[in-house]
Amino acid sequence: MFDEFVYLDNAAATRMDERVLEAMTPYFLETYAVATSQFGYSPGIEAKEALDTARGAIASSLGAAPEEFIFTSGSAESSNIAIKGVALALGEKKGKHIVTTRIEDFPVLYSARALERQGFQVTYLDTDEFGRVDLGQLRDAIKPETILVSIQAANQEIGTLQDLAAIGRICRDKGALFHTDAKHTFPRVPLDVREVPVDLISVTAHLIHGPKGVGGLYVRKDTPLTKWMDGGFQEFNLRAGSENIPGAVGFAKAVELVTPEETARLQEMRDQLIERLLQIPHSRLNGHPTLRLPHNANVSFRFVEGESILLHLDMRGFAVSTGSACFSRSLESSHVILGIGGNHERAHGSVRFTFGRFNKPEEVGAVADAISDVIENLRAISPLGKD
Amino acid sequence: MPSPYSDVVLEHFRHPRNVGRLEDADAKGMEGSPACGDMVAVYIKVDEESQRIEDIRFESYGCASNIATGSIITELAKGKTLEEAKQISWKEAADALGGLPAIKTHCSILAVDGLRSAIQNYEERHGLVKERVPTTVEEVRRRLKRVMNPMVGLDLVRTKLVKEIEVADGKVRVVVELPDDHQFAANIREEIAEKVEPLWDVDEVVIEFLG
Repeated sequence: MFDEFVYLDNAAATRMDERVLEAMTPYFLETYAVATSQFGYSPGIEAKEALDTARGAIASSLGAAPEEFIFTSGSAESSNIAIKGVALALGEKKGKHIVTTRIEDFPVLYSARALERQGFQVTYLDTDEFGRVDLGQLRDAIKPETILVSIQAANQEIGTLQDLAAIGRICRDKGALFHTDAKHTFPRVPLDVREVPVDLISVTAHLIHGPKGVGGLYVRKDTPLTKWMDGGFQEFNLRAGSENIPGAVGFAKAVELVTPEETARLQEMRDQLIERLLQIPHSRLNGHPTLRLPHNANVSFRFVEGESILLHLDMRGFAVSTGSACFSRSLESSHVILGIGGNHERAHGSVRFTFGRFNKPEEVGAVADAISDVIENLRAISPLGKD
Repeated sequence: MPSPYSDVVLEHFRHPRNVGRLEDADAKGMEGSPACGDMVAVYIKVDEESQRIEDIRFESYGCASNIATGSIITELAKGKTLEEAKQISWKEAADALGGLPAIKTHCSILAVDGLRSAIQNYEERHGLVKERVPTTVEEVRRRLKRVMNPMVGLDLVRTKLVKEIEVADGKVRVVVELPDDHQFAANIREEIAEKVEPLWDVDEVVIEFLG
């Protein structure tokens, strides 16, 4: 057993890296002034320089220019700004149709639903059993009045990656803007806007050992986007509010610390865990076997329920997540598992494990042993799975 | 933040009492279904003379509140007469557990229903059903509250999928507001039939899907 709690829910939040905290601290205690123009007082100019540097670093990690990246409070806000901003800019002018998928995370899904209540039409694309969008169906779904396509870079639960380049080309070809929620891939899965025709990208700091409450939105030059967070002229007049300078600095530091070597290490742990979990009888992998987030494993176990698994693992010192209805605040089963054609039972017994920087290789075996044991115990008291 | 579950719930969840199958059970009650949500099986052994529950076991496919409620009702029911055991309410079970989160009511009610349906099963098998009340729309609705809407894991009535219920001359008609080619239509149809058909004065159950 481990002295420390083993945290395997890094797709929900991550432990901040000390180096990030260190980079941020001076902007709370010393250079705490609001960013001002070059004609302002010196601490303000210093703050502005820090903000510009952070912006430039994050933008360049996407192959973008600094003025194409705005800071937000996180990817939920970024997706709201993108989807509602495009709707405000083009709804009356071009059309009121948006295309997305059934398995998006809630900021995108509910932004689309909010627009439906405002008279927009939304097409929710199906996916295959792995969660991949059908490109033919996407092509057919885009109409002349389609203003925006919003398709995630990777799924929040099952980790399936989408082919952003192919999706972007179809959108470009058919004249629709393309937004992607990349909070689970950025910057572990490379994305360069000079190669991939994507117009808007939502990203966040808190899933890569950066601070909570800061994210960003890439906005390709000349993308029609109407501001709705009114106030000052911050963030190229797209989002009002005093800049979160410590947050921006921390986000940039967090991006800098993510390396391909580290991602490879997470992927190795992921693969070892999946291999172990699939040795448990009546288990199946959710999501794509190879085209998946490097740090995500999601497996359904038959005859047992996710909240019970989660609680037993918690008592043994492991944190994981589940798509079971019993676990959700709404008592609704995972819309992702149902969206890829799974049933309630599969959602009920689904468990998600997501790795991060602070996980150690030996934790893989420990959590696999623990969950094997928990599932055996729960199956022993289950009325199902016995002949 | 403290756990939403009381210490008693967590204790029963960790160490459920009277768990497993009773091979020589006199009756069995099963509530819920794997396709639609939590599931509980209750097995009882009844002393014919005293009508007391001599032994009782349960199995659960469900969350902590389901497991804990299953555990506590076996403790509450053991040694009681069938008539006494029938009176065990959800409230009594929840109180014995030191309370349950409101959102978990459904999962725990299932366990109490499991006990009741085991008792009912025993009474039916032993010709003990005394008064036969004609089936009403309300009784059908009450039973449909135990059929899950698999899309959300809440019951059909609560999620407003039951459009119409008709009871006449031994025939029950239920209209469900879902297309008949819906992925869960077959499941829901089976579940409704399973809940309504056993009613003593029902000869036929017609389930229609709208759309």
